[in-house]
Amino acid sequence: MYSNVKSILNLFTTASLLALLLAGSARAQLQIEIVDGVEGALPIAVVPFDFGGAEMGPETPIHEVIAADLQRSGLFDPLSVADMIDRPSRPPEVSLGTWRLLKVDYVAMGRWIPGSDGLSGEIEYHLVAVHSGRTLFSRAIAAGPGAFRLRAHQIADAIYQELTGAPGAFASRIAYVKVSDVGTDAEQFELIVADSDGYGPQTIVRHSEPIMSPTWGPEGRRLAYVSFATGRSNVIIQDIFSGQRDIVADGRGINGAPAFSPDGELLAMSLSRSGNSEIWVRTLATGRMEQLTEHYAIDTEPAWSRDGRQIFFTSDRAGRPQIYSVRRNGTGIARVTFEGDYNSRVSVDPYTGMLAMVHGGQANFRIAVFDRESNRLRVLSPGRMDESPSFAPNGRMVLYAAREGEQGVLAAVSVDGRFRQRLVLSDGDVREPAWSPLIQ
Amino acid sequence: MNFASKIFLVSILALFLGACATDTRDEPAEPDTPRQPTVDPRPVDVDRVDPANFADSRNLDNPDSTLSQREIYFEFDSAVVRPEYLRIVGAHAAYLRANASARMLLEGHADERGSREYNLGLGERRGNSVLDLMLAEGANSGQIEVVSYGEERPVCRQSSDNCWERNRRVEIVYTAR
Repeated sequence: MYSNVKSILNLFTTASLLALLLAGSARAQLQIEIVDGVEGALPIAVVPFDFGGAEMGPETPIHEVIAADLQRSGLFDPLSVADMIDRPSRPPEVSLGTWRLLKVDYVAMGRWIPGSDGLSGEIEYHLVAVHSGRTLFSRAIAAGPGAFRLRAHQIADAIYQELTGAPGAFASRIAYVKVSDVGTDAEQFELIVADSDGYGPQTIVRHSEPIMSPTWGPEGRRLAYVSFATGRSNVIIQDIFSGQRDIVADGRGINGAPAFSPDGELLAMSLSRSGNSEIWVRTLATGRMEQLTEHYAIDTEPAWSRDGRQIFFTSDRAGRPQIYSVRRNGTGIARVTFEGDYNSRVSVDPYTGMLAMVHGGQANFRIAVFDRESNRLRVLSPGRMDESPSFAPNGRMVLYAAREGEQGVLAAVSVDGRFRQRLVLSDGDVREPAWSPLIQ
Repeated sequence: MNFASKIFLVSILALFLGACATDTRDEPAEPDTPRQPTVDPRPVDVDRVDPANFADSRNLDNPDSTLSQREIYFEFDSAVVRPEYLRIVGAHAAYLRANASARMLLEGHADERGSREYNLGLGERRGNSVLDLMLAEGANSGQIEVVSYGEERPVCRQSSDNCWERNRRVEIVYTAR
């Protein structure tokens, strides 16, 4: 049963990637540039994959997607294809001496093995360590038209995991809000989903009224967000493949700040139907509503702990916004942050449980990570108007929104703060990024 | 002439008079040419409205009347209505008292600083502060609805103190007069 569901999901994924491929070329996409690089990035060669002369190779060659992913992580320094002397596609073809001369530590390569229909088939891929001459892995993955980019990201994830010990996060998506014709009568808000490298942006919903706070379901196919389409805030859950939309909160006052529980069955929100904003939890299958907080302060921006037993939230019950935690049953409210005037909008690292947040004062808001065990807060971003942090599914990067003049841009920074990149859209203002879970 | 065009005429007239008044105040006196009393050539076919009559809907568009003022501004991260705005709130509360069928939206807004959802809460809190004052002045709660837009609908888009001040506001919007 479960594998059935999974294969249907895969089918959807393939179909939608195909749609993204078709729709993608005409649309403005995020351009990623590296701001602060890391010294000592691993030299690696990603050799062009052997498609046996078949002209059915993917639109963007697989090796280019892999090399760009590895480079964007900040941990790898891929060799340019022009500098490669030979092009092995299997480990026995690797002449170690040549790669040693090129000062390359690792060689990744692969080839396409067509199936009986000539369309679908397998990509076989390998990773060789040049110094030891050892083959670190040899694997194959099924691929067909429309799935090559996803497979390339998954191969990049495999290489990343083999060489860093942590899972990769390339086979994932990002959602963000784009505003065009800002401040004019033609102002448009769009909720956009793109691959993690900015490729293939697709508009999920578009409106002249604000769209806010997109967040992913743990399965990576549902997005919850806030829409002002009715003139009031509503919380909506939308399936990005089928387009099905459900309004899950439209009560009096604010309906905002949705957050899926780790099992995807509950949605925490901030609702002010009782008079001012409180944290509520909705059981999605039954529609049952539970109120977790009861205080005249603003209680908002809930974020689930990894085990789903606690919810972190922003509250100004002590005067200024700080992070608090509450147990799933509404008991045990405790203050979490004490350092600084203003801490808000927690994102929980899905890997270590560390917290990222907006940390600031009067006119400088930056992204910081807070380790609850050591009680240490570390500022990661330069400011001044940084907000909306969202952890990568492997916990290694934090994606966030920044402002450059009057334009909103996205940026990503490694959790050690050493590596940073900008994601810029040529036209329009981008904000509120949300990084999806890994695509299986 | 219908009611709407009367209101339009009154407001144009008022704007015109208002503009004249400010212009002459700043000009130095010219002793050589004795000033002629200015006479508006247009016939005054509309009743003059007492700007202090907060029951009269025509004052909603009369720039001389407090009722034409619909914005209340706030300090950073604060929802306290400053004393200088009590006059505006009082005038609109009086209007609601006198016009039972009137309905208003209090749109709460915040500046861009800090996180968006917190600012949504802050915008609502500002709207509620104004609502509470209106109710204390005798308006009926069924006449007023608070809606927060947080920082999503700024009137000014630079990252500066001046801009932030203008964005931290509650806008009074009549949905029925």
